Amino acid sequence: MSKEVVLSVQGLEKSFGDQHVLRGVDIDIRRGESIVIIGPSGCGKSVLLRHMIGLHQPDKGAVYVDGVDVSHMRRRDLYEVRKKFGFLFQASALFDSMTVGENVSIGLKEHFHLSPEELRRTAEVQLDLVNLRSAIDKKPSELSGGMRKRAALARAIAMDPEIILYDEPTTGLDPITADVINDLIRSLQKRFHATSITVTHDMTSAYKIADRIAMLHEGRIVFDGAVEDVKGTENPYVQQFICGKAEGPIQTV
Amino acid sequence: MREAVSSLGRGAMRAIAELGELAILVVRIIKVLPQLPRTVRLTVVQMMEMGVGSLPLVIVTSFFTGGVAAVQAAYQFQNWIPDRFVGSVVGRSVLIELGPVLTGLVVGGRVGASIAAELGTMKVTEQIDALEAMAIDSTRYLVLPRFVAGAIMIPVVTIFADGLAIFGGYLAAVGSLGMSGETYVSGLRLFFETSDVWSGMIKSLVFGMVIALMGCYYGLQTSGGAEGVGKSATHAVVSSCLLILISDYILAEFLFSWIFA
Ligand SMILES: Nc1ncnc2c1ncn2[C@@H]1O[C@H](COP(=O)(O)OP(=O)(O)O)[C@@H](O)[C@H]1O
Ligand SMILES: [Mg+2]
Repeated sequence: MSKEVVLSVQGLEKSFGDQHVLRGVDIDIRRGESIVIIGPSGCGKSVLLRHMIGLHQPDKGAVYVDGVDVSHMRRRDLYEVRKKFGFLFQASALFDSMTVGENVSIGLKEHFHLSPEELRRTAEVQLDLVNLRSAIDKKPSELSGGMRKRAALARAIAMDPEIILYDEPTTGLDPITADVINDLIRSLQKRFHATSITVTHDMTSAYKIADRIAMLHEGRIVFDGAVEDVKGTENPYVQQFICGKAEGPIQTV
Repeated sequence: MREAVSSLGRGAMRAIAELGELAILVVRIIKVLPQLPRTVRLTVVQMMEMGVGSLPLVIVTSFFTGGVAAVQAAYQFQNWIPDRFVGSVVGRSVLIELGPVLTGLVVGGRVGASIAAELGTMKVTEQIDALEAMAIDSTRYLVLPRFVAGAIMIPVVTIFADGLAIFGGYLAAVGSLGMSGETYVSGLRLFFETSDVWSGMIKSLVFGMVIALMGCYYGLQTSGGAEGVGKSATHAVVSSCLLILISDYILAEFLFSWIFA
């Protein structure tokens, strides 16, 4: 693991009102790796991901993408940085006024001069990857949860991103559909050598996707190690979390 | 007492913060304005929706407004003022005041609520973040088309409403006041001034911008699920109605003491 760092989070702090969500997150992510950040619901996983593409402004600290600070950037430059990313939102966030095909090709449509036929063809190619070509002309409201996730996945990867952010890709799906999504994420990473950053509380998914697992708790990274190290760790937070126990250092409310 | 003062202070702070955010939105709109050509298709879609969608409402409102104006004028004239001035009163008050303001209020309610609800839903379901994440400027893609469509379509709808209201006045004059059509039309012509039309159009242009701006602003501010969407729609309508009435007064002062004086 001596590859270069593509994304570096340094001393990131963020509060909403008097709720101190992130309290100094430090983490480096290397090119081509698949890292999974685990943590209980509401611990700030989504907030952390959103900082990575400048959807939130940090109160303190910064996020560097290829060495450039994205947290204090002009909008136009930020848009250039964002083109390197694909983002799978927790609730899919498909545009419900558009068909699935239009959803998938909107990035290409807005950033390149492509004909409608070309757009449709690229949408078909992307949807083939997630096995959803037959739904190309459907509206998101006509899809099941698993199909929506897959459509959103196709949209997230449509612009050939270098870094893909997955926000709870398997939450709320049945175990089989969840496994299909896990396989997709793994194969995308292998095939396109994208760096993937996944946040989840689904350990089955974490083991399957990750090269490396980090744990976010009370606004800090409390554990960071390879997948093999996770199972044998003495770290009480990680132990409690992966065993799913109510008793332990993680307070539930 | 101290509590009252501090809550007043908080309210004032909140109002100032809101004004600041509104100003930021306006600046963002101005900044993306040069990109309008890229957004023509989206703008046309919004224009169709605002214009065609508002027609039934506008037809009913303006028709009856004109009729009521005619009947009221005749009633107030009693028999002191000649009948043909009914046409003059209806014409001028519709062009300057009733057409723009009522269209603004009625269409504004509809358009403002629908913009706020649509953008609000997109906001709480992270669709706006999804646009931004794909490096698509949400101000350019969502706000600009609605703002431009509002600024164009509210005046267009107002012209249409003016015509209908004057026609409604005609029908009322002939139908229930027993006037002849020629009397009404001659009164209409008597004091007609093009500056009345212009001032009405300037007003409705401002109203259109206010309506779209309030819809976008409250839509983008939405948080807290379905309940938040409902609140945003309400805020958008209430604030655009208030702003229409306030700006109507300011514009009336401004237009008639400076521009068309
Ligand atoms: N835009 C926001 N405004 C206020 N509070 C927020 C916002 N986004 C997240 N939070 C709060 O931050 C905390 C962490 O949220 P989140 O990152 O979504 O958790 P999760 O780890 O489940 O993804 C939550 O308590 C949430 O209420
Ligand atoms: Mg989350």
